[in-house]
Amino acid sequence: MMLLPKDPFNVIIGGVGGQGNVLASRILGEMLVAKGYVITIGETYGASQRGGSVMSHLRISEREPFSPLIPEGRADLLIALEPVEGLRILGPYGNPKIMTLLNTRPIHPIDVISGNATYPEASRVIAKIQELSRRVWTLNATEIALEMGDPIFANIVMLGALSAINVAPIDRQVFESVIRDLFPSRTMDENRRAFERGGEVVEEFHPVR
Amino acid sequence: MNISQNTPGKVALLMGNEAIARGALEAGVKVCAAYPGNPSSEIIGTLAGVAEELGLHVEWSINEKVALEVAAAASLSGLRGLCAMKQNGLNVASDFLLNLNLTGCRGGLVVVVADDPGGISSSNEEDSRLFAKLGDLPLLEPANFREAKEMTREAFNLSERLNLPVLIRSVTRVSHARGNVTFDELPQSSPKPGFDLSRPSLAFPPMPNHKALHEKFERAKKIFEESPFNFYRGPEKPDLMVITSGSGYMYSLEAVSNLKVEERVGILKLGTTWPLPEEFVLRHLRRSENFLFIEEVDPFLENNVKELFAQNCSDLGVKRFSGKASHTVPDVGELNPEIVTSALQTLLRVDYMPRPEEYRRRADEAIAEQVPPRAHSFCAGCPHRATYWAVKTALALDARDGFVLGDIGCYSLGMGPSGFFQMKTLHAMGSGTGLACGFGQLERFGLEQPVVAVCGDSTFYHAAMPALANAYYNGANFLLLLLDNSATAMTGFQPHPGTGSTATGGMAPIIDLKAICEVLGARVEVVDPFDIEEAVETILRLIRMERGVHPVRNSSETLNHAEEQGGIISNGVKVLILRRECALVSGKHQRKLFRIEVDQGRCLGEACGCNRLCTRIFKCPGLVWDQSTGKARIDEAICNGCGVCAGICPATAIRKEAVSGGDVVS
Repeated sequence: MMLLPKDPFNVIIGGVGGQGNVLASRILGEMLVAKGYVITIGETYGASQRGGSVMSHLRISEREPFSPLIPEGRADLLIALEPVEGLRILGPYGNPKIMTLLNTRPIHPIDVISGNATYPEASRVIAKIQELSRRVWTLNATEIALEMGDPIFANIVMLGALSAINVAPIDRQVFESVIRDLFPSRTMDENRRAFERGGEVVEEFHPVR
Repeated sequence: MNISQNTPGKVALLMGNEAIARGALEAGVKVCAAYPGNPSSEIIGTLAGVAEELGLHVEWSINEKVALEVAAAASLSGLRGLCAMKQNGLNVASDFLLNLNLTGCRGGLVVVVADDPGGISSSNEEDSRLFAKLGDLPLLEPANFREAKEMTREAFNLSERLNLPVLIRSVTRVSHARGNVTFDELPQSSPKPGFDLSRPSLAFPPMPNHKALHEKFERAKKIFEESPFNFYRGPEKPDLMVITSGSGYMYSLEAVSNLKVEERVGILKLGTTWPLPEEFVLRHLRRSENFLFIEEVDPFLENNVKELFAQNCSDLGVKRFSGKASHTVPDVGELNPEIVTSALQTLLRVDYMPRPEEYRRRADEAIAEQVPPRAHSFCAGCPHRATYWAVKTALALDARDGFVLGDIGCYSLGMGPSGFFQMKTLHAMGSGTGLACGFGQLERFGLEQPVVAVCGDSTFYHAAMPALANAYYNGANFLLLLLDNSATAMTGFQPHPGTGSTATGGMAPIIDLKAICEVLGARVEVVDPFDIEEAVETILRLIRMERGVHPVRNSSETLNHAEEQGGIISNGVKVLILRRECALVSGKHQRKLFRIEVDQGRCLGEACGCNRLCTRIFKCPGLVWDQSTGKARIDEAICNGCGVCAGICPATAIRKEAVSGGDVVS
């Protein structure tokens, strides 16, 4: 078992209802349980799923369960499935040491669609997230998923990216064993490909100075 | 995770609700029933998935009262029964429950109520623990997923020891939290059911039954004195003692650890919260002079412990209690680690800085500057958006200030921007139709506005059928829009009596919505909400229809009866069924119907004069406004291909092209 950088190691997966946020947290949790960790996941359900902001909190420990909500300012890793949702989460949970893995593809809220609010330039959001994080990795997971034929694969692409950046104790073998348990076998090839593609395209973001 | 495995010692990642289901299996439950409602739905959903394999009866009942009656029947026959519901559901089931407490039960009967503090997916945030007090029923509150499983298993034993139904009160952050849970053994045998004719289950006469209930209640108190679910963790004589239950325990541990006050603060964690284990609590009250109550939502422990203190104060001396009454913690909403941390900081006068102040300021500024709000909305391709668009258009054309009465389901979003603010009332299941029965009588006093109610298919079976019968019987005048999306969509697409399948996936007879409404005396029409033009015309025609003798669809006897009364059965209830499958359900077995594209040559942008009807007004998340081109475009990651927007663009710039082979995919 890989030693955790701290105990509990706190991960937030955030995005928009319908992006497969909850499933991503479940798969990540299953991978970590298979690796022998004690996991606590707090999830947002119900009305929040219908196009609103969605967030899952994962507490990874070698010892015991924790509160399903991470305390203020105590997230260690943020996996943001959407840019402004990532920034929104840094408000209550970020700190100077946080690491952020970001899907750069925006999803416009209906207030933006209707013209009551504006969606900032993606580059500005990423720059702000960079300012508020110790390290940032980016990829357009939605684009890869669309190339594969279904946007729903974006969360698996993100998990592949997470595995590649080496900040959480997961790997491809444990991913495949969890996927085998959770999904019908005919989806295995696509899931495996999405996972691999995420690892291939993710890169560390460095601000232009 | 397969919760049916008989593999003691195996560790699984279970959601609190799955852990409750596993606990019930470990207790040998045979009959499980519920009506879906967040945050409780996965309990029965999980059990339904293993019902066939383990030989259980698991059903989605028509409402919570029937669900409890089904589970109670198992108990009265000597089997173990489980009933699950959300807090609002207990209101529905309470009429039966508050008689069942008088008769008692036989096989273990456990009622799980998952409360929703903060109302994350509910219309209210009521604290269902008060029902335990009202009904003199034993109450258990798990603090996390592990305890959820253990308590559920033990609740069945307790129920059989006391011959009483036992309440388990969960909350969102227990039911919907996931974590490592260790399996215990599944029992291999089960009693044969039988109703003992010498032991009828009669609530009447109430007084002797009430007396017997109080005796059971006293026994429960004694049993709880020894319960492993109650414990104290902390120094021998703490400066401050937190008294907590449920999710509050995990938050309290976290807050004490963050503030590093383990030497000063003790935590008294109660799992059996009604009746209170009085001797146990009194013993711990002697440890300290200062107490803080941490619980969701009402001051239930707080008031009960204070009452216990009042009876014993001559012996205990002066104590200071903080909690909701002292405004040390908020008296509404969910708890979280911050609320507990801040209460402890106030009482102990300690500093706590979770991160640099300057970081928080910069983050808050960035969010204020850049992050737009994200309101809930109907999914792309949701039939409800089309329905509310049609209602909005029809009521505007009618121009008499008609209004829509609503209730509980995905279509509750009709109160917000996504439903064009059309829904004007929101209370309980079926209340839109019930309120319409009243509004529909007010013409005689001069009400001139058309009355429209909305109700989903599952909600109709649950609570609106009696209201519709009432409407016809008492001659109310209104239009009921029955939003038939063939699922209990809000809670996870559970089947219901109109869908043709059961909780366990078996075939079921379909109770036809249209036929029921006709039998209940309404004039019924059916449209596809995606056919906006027809939907608007039909709504307009139905709300303008004169109240009259139509339709007498019953037997000739009714007609004769009507003639005797002078030929008048004055009725005005009309039902329009808007039938179109939930987009998330159809997405599972169908490809997109259409490929949608905005013709960039035809879209005139702001210059069109349509006031950006497609985006500013219609607001489907799949159709966005491109700031750079000043025109609309499709977001292909979101668009569901329903094609409704193509009928809305006045410049016919939105094109829909039928996707070949767009039918059922195996």
